[in-house]
Amino acid sequence: MNRSVAAMLLGLAATGLASAIAAEDVTSLRGRAVTDESDPAVNKPTVAVPGGFALGWEKQPPMIPHPIDKYSIDLRQNGCLKCHSPATFEIAKAPKVGDSHFFDRDGVKLDHLAPRRYFCTQCHAPQTGAIPLVENVFEGR
Amino acid sequence: MSDQSKTSAPKPRARRVTWLILSAGILIGILFWGGFNTAMEATNTEQFCISCHEMKVNVYQEYTDTIHYTNRTGVRATCPDCHVPKDWVHKIVRKIQASNELYHHFKGDVDTPEKFEAQRIRLAQNVWRTMKATDSRECRNCHDFESMNYNKQESRSSQSHQDAEDAGLTCIDCHKGIAHQLPMEYDPEQDAPGQSIFYSVRD
Repeated sequence: MNRSVAAMLLGLAATGLASAIAAEDVTSLRGRAVTDESDPAVNKPTVAVPGGFALGWEKQPPMIPHPIDKYSIDLRQNGCLKCHSPATFEIAKAPKVGDSHFFDRDGVKLDHLAPRRYFCTQCHAPQTGAIPLVENVFEGR
Repeated sequence: MSDQSKTSAPKPRARRVTWLILSAGILIGILFWGGFNTAMEATNTEQFCISCHEMKVNVYQEYTDTIHYTNRTGVRATCPDCHVPKDWVHKIVRKIQASNELYHHFKGDVDTPEKFEAQRIRLAQNVWRTMKATDSRECRNCHDFESMNYNKQESRSSQSHQDAEDAGLTCIDCHKGIAHQLPMEYDPEQDAPGQSIFYSVRD
């Protein structure tokens, strides 16, 4: 009896704490809530870099050197494939999706893009011209 | 003198009647023609287009997220700017075709988002085919290769536009789904510029 009451109290306390944490907005280094879309840095235009960005380390997913706000990756289709798929990259003069993206986790080769690779922007990120908030001391290859 | 007045007497009356008929004709003409054109212009507004819920809840909502609805300079392209030709003859032809859309509106063929979605590929292909056939005439009312400054474009766009111009391609060959969602059946891999399968009629 005593134990169950204690467990209940503990549960209640945990719920209260969790909601208190959730209510507090997570602020970014720029001093705004990360969910605040009016942040000018968020809305800064993506930079276009002819020839692309140099890789920082071996097997780095290449960064996207052009704006992607007009393409969508959704249930219907993946807009990136319009230029980067094996069927279109030559016409579009664009880099082809890496061969590794056609294998499933068991190493079986598929005749289409592996579902786990479908969401390009999970690894490949476009870049904005925002001024870095902290100095980057990373030394690439 | 009297002889002359006798023979010329009916003349002013006939002339007056002629003038009367003529001016009445002109007046009625102006009223009807003006009225017709005013009525047609009234059907050529965004407000009119989205007075049908088929347009308002589907394609219009998608369009409000795009650059033709909201952008840096506030210049907008509304429904008729892209979907109704500007010159009179083609406009009338399109308006007559649109009576078919009225028929399907009252029949309720696409009156739910689900029904609309099921027809989307067919409807989209109708528009793509038309734009391909007219060399994207409505796009070019504003976007003209002649007036494009390739130096001001991103290198990617600049190159693609010049290649497209050389290859005789048209806007819609690359720019599908820029104002509305693409159909579920659309596959970007089969829509390479110049090799698209999406202009052919589906069975």
